[in-house]
Amino acid sequence: MSYIPHTDAERQQMLAAIGVPTIEDLFDAVPSAYRFPSLSLPEPVGELEVMAELQALAEANDHAGDFALFRGAGAYHHFIPSAVNHILLRGEFYTAYTPYQPEMSQGTLQAIFEFQSMIGALTGMEAANASHYDGATSLAEAVTVALDVGRRKRKKIILSPGIHPDYRAVARTYHQGQGIQFVGDQSPASVDDLAALLDEDTAMLAVAYPNFFGQIERFAGLAEKVHQVGALLVFVANPLALALFKSPGELGADIVVGEGQPLGIPLSFGGPYLGYFACREQYVRRIAGRIVGETVDQDGKRAYVMTLRPREQDIKRDKASSNICTNQGLMALAATVYLALMGKHGLRKAAELCYHKAHYAADQIYLLRGFSVDRSKPFFNEFVVRCPRPVAEINALLLERGIIGGYDLGKDYPHLSNHMLLCVTEMNTRYEIDSLVECLRDVK
Amino acid sequence: MTEPVIYQLGSPGREGVRLPKPDVPITPLPDELLRGELDLPEVSELQAVRHFVNLSQMNHAIDKGFYPLGSCTMKYNPKVNEDAARLPGFAHLHPLTDEDGVQGALALMYQLQEWLAEIAGFAASTLVPAAGAQGELSGILMIRAYHLSKGDTKRTKILVPNSAHGTNPATCTMAGYQVVELPSDANGNVDLAALRAACGDDVAGMMITVPSTLGLFDSQIIEIIHAVHACGGLMYMDGANMNSLLGIVKPGQLGFDVMHYNLHKTFSTPHGGGGPGCGAVACTQTLKPFLPGPIVEIVEEAPSVSANGAGAVNPLNDAPLYGLRMPPQSIGRLKAFWGNFGMHVRAYAYIRAYGTSLREVSRHAVLNANYVRVKLRDQYRLPYDRICAHEFVLEGRFEGVEGVHALDISKRLMDYGMHPPTNYFPLIVREALLIEPTETEDKATLDAFIEAMRKIADEARSDPALLRDAPHTMPIKRVDEVRAAKQLILCCRPVPDWAHQAAGD
Amino acid sequence: MALKVPSDLKYLKSDEWLRIEGETGTIGITDFAQDQLNDVVYVDLPEVGRALAAGESFGSIESVKAASDLTAPVAGEVIAVNSDLEKAPELVNGDPYGRGWMIKIRITDASAADSMMDAAAYEEYCKNR
Repeated sequence: MSYIPHTDAERQQMLAAIGVPTIEDLFDAVPSAYRFPSLSLPEPVGELEVMAELQALAEANDHAGDFALFRGAGAYHHFIPSAVNHILLRGEFYTAYTPYQPEMSQGTLQAIFEFQSMIGALTGMEAANASHYDGATSLAEAVTVALDVGRRKRKKIILSPGIHPDYRAVARTYHQGQGIQFVGDQSPASVDDLAALLDEDTAMLAVAYPNFFGQIERFAGLAEKVHQVGALLVFVANPLALALFKSPGELGADIVVGEGQPLGIPLSFGGPYLGYFACREQYVRRIAGRIVGETVDQDGKRAYVMTLRPREQDIKRDKASSNICTNQGLMALAATVYLALMGKHGLRKAAELCYHKAHYAADQIYLLRGFSVDRSKPFFNEFVVRCPRPVAEINALLLERGIIGGYDLGKDYPHLSNHMLLCVTEMNTRYEIDSLVECLRDVK
Repeated sequence: MTEPVIYQLGSPGREGVRLPKPDVPITPLPDELLRGELDLPEVSELQAVRHFVNLSQMNHAIDKGFYPLGSCTMKYNPKVNEDAARLPGFAHLHPLTDEDGVQGALALMYQLQEWLAEIAGFAASTLVPAAGAQGELSGILMIRAYHLSKGDTKRTKILVPNSAHGTNPATCTMAGYQVVELPSDANGNVDLAALRAACGDDVAGMMITVPSTLGLFDSQIIEIIHAVHACGGLMYMDGANMNSLLGIVKPGQLGFDVMHYNLHKTFSTPHGGGGPGCGAVACTQTLKPFLPGPIVEIVEEAPSVSANGAGAVNPLNDAPLYGLRMPPQSIGRLKAFWGNFGMHVRAYAYIRAYGTSLREVSRHAVLNANYVRVKLRDQYRLPYDRICAHEFVLEGRFEGVEGVHALDISKRLMDYGMHPPTNYFPLIVREALLIEPTETEDKATLDAFIEAMRKIADEARSDPALLRDAPHTMPIKRVDEVRAAKQLILCCRPVPDWAHQAAGD
Repeated sequence: MALKVPSDLKYLKSDEWLRIEGETGTIGITDFAQDQLNDVVYVDLPEVGRALAAGESFGSIESVKAASDLTAPVAGEVIAVNSDLEKAPELVNGDPYGRGWMIKIRITDASAADSMMDAAAYEEYCKNR
């Protein structure tokens, strides 16, 4: 087997050194009745056959390389500069582990420090960690922090229904054993409706920015109301939108979480993605996950190291607030390289392209008979379209013309059946948008 | 050698990418909602590439040298798996594409679910958990849901051996359970008497790592499982050490109820500097309804040959129609969408390549560990000197040598071009060094490691300062961790003025 | 180097000390505890006015390698916290019974103090750990 380098002669030498005649003799501690079971697996094959098989499976999928994609809903098709992938493929990065030994992992540590810095800049927060699994688990971890800040006495978590349905579900999964009450998201609710739920038992209130429908809601005065009752204000934000719109820090957020996938990470059928987590400095000792800090070495040279380690599970064990031990290291690196390349100007331009193209598409669809576009609030690169027929039927028609249409909102929001969430990014050309509009015009 | 922070490299106005001009009419931006300047780097593509290549060269990695980091299974990550995960049909596939258009991806996930169940002797599995820690949370929440589904609300405790990885007790707390820590006996096994005393109708279950974090297979595992089952509890196996069990024993056949894998350990998806991973969970038929979801199921059996061309769109010949479904009594979602699919592709490629020869992985992992163990036993104290599994623990201290610790040995090993073993874990061994060579290392590499460790043992006696001041050849010397924790510097840019104002109120 | 155990204080197994002066109790951690923790980098203390029950956790203390909870030995209301520790947590290492004190409470129920160790008992307890 190509990944096991042993020759027969070496195996014999090693067994002789150990003092056993066969490799099987190394497994005597395993109960004999259960030892060496049969494995119902296919015959071994080489690299060539593996790749051929996977290629066939890959080609059986309707992907954004072959189709014009107008679907977002939490996963976005954006431009990724080639250099990002080339850096990710450096074996020194992707075949390293968690940087426990700082002398041997300054590369990973400094990259994480730069990631934390860039996330701080985007969100307007003073501190960020090295990341969580995805946007949904970042939100679940924000709940943990809020409960901790509320000394585990406050039991109420207010979630906006505009937060991604999966994120709200994950927050509930994480905290199902803890007697926590999640409220606010069972039916449509405005920012004012959510604020009306605030009380002394509230640990946090979370809103989405933009919300699941692509809209930018008005948050004026919300932070004051949340802080008045001693709760935390959490923003779930699309980081690309933050290149354009006011940072959550400016809007009074205490914690900002979200999905970093738009920052240089491919769609990859839903993962691996990148949960970012940023907060005000006063909460940094309460947050979970890896954090890298700057310090000096013995010679006074600048160095980086994982810090605030006693918060973590390997030290605190059953007193730890979270069991997380990794971050999404390589995905955080992807975002760091992406943000470095896009830079101050490129990221803003990408966000503006999304905005202009989405608004162009919305303007065109608005003119179609039978369709209406929700323009009640400003939006970024997604918008809601009410359709004359079920979304599934329309999408089937679009697919025949090489277009993957919008997300069917009726799946998560019963009052929005026949409503489609369309997403337009810098990857969609005017030609694609015009084709989409033409196809929709044909819907009877 | 220090590499400047990326922010220090740029010049105002410089750009690293050129984006297309808008090909649509410009819509006015809503001024009152816009942010001010965004503080990101302004570097050229070459500057960025050099910067990150320079950073990469300050890392140690499997591709560069030996990495015997115990409990982490730092084995070779085959290159073809990287190419496979980057195939356009996988990399550019939107997770919410209609099911008809993702049959290739679902077929892959379904097959991987089946293989993972088969390898561990279970009825079902889920690929959703993003890491081992999430796998643990799944398993414990499933155990909780199982008891609650029977109306059994009195079980509040989970038993955890004191050799356990810190995630185990942390997981129990997250799931709302109280942890009961069990002592180990002189052989490194669970103390059976203490276990039996702890068993009762308030025990929801037990979490145990097999083989243990000491690298030992607990020869009383059957008795342990029986004792917990007898009091109505369920058995959770932490599969962090599955690299020693492939084709050697199936946890499901031993009597376990649920376990997690670490695909990034056992099935060689790369560690990526600390993630992403995948903590797939496998379980019995009884627990299957509680799995976190969605999982891939067959929603329509394969059409017969004659029916070809009719009915559902099916891109794979003679394949059934797959769909993503929530198990009926699922504990819920653990992340958005369906798991770390990119890791599923790599693990699929790895298992597919080995196939029925998967057993060779564990045979050679165990052979390598035992070879290194016997070659070091005269120079280092082995607290449990018996045949080990895929890893073993030794004590990083020497008779008659004061002030040399496991940490010093670790740092000195860097000067020999090797990554240190895991330090100070498991907690129950003084000055622990946990060594896991993995099966992909050849005898010459192991011999070089053995030689380095023996030299270090000599140096500890002849020149202990050499160890205490180590490393001598790395980009930096030992770091001031106290300063890092006291004077927190977590970001390299100035914090805006309003942030200070807001934080102060 | 012998670790100090002042004879006028009472001690908990979790290594907190209590000094009683009239109605006021002062609480900190012992020389033994600071030595075990090594360099203290952070002390998390409660707000003034908080009511504590005997045995309740009132904060936590962290070094680079460890963290532990701080336990109130007797019931009382927090009347002062040592804010110097915010900027200079190392005071706990240098002067655990003096400038490294943590909180002062107005004792509302001193009964739990009866079951605390005296200096001799605590010294004996530490010897066997």
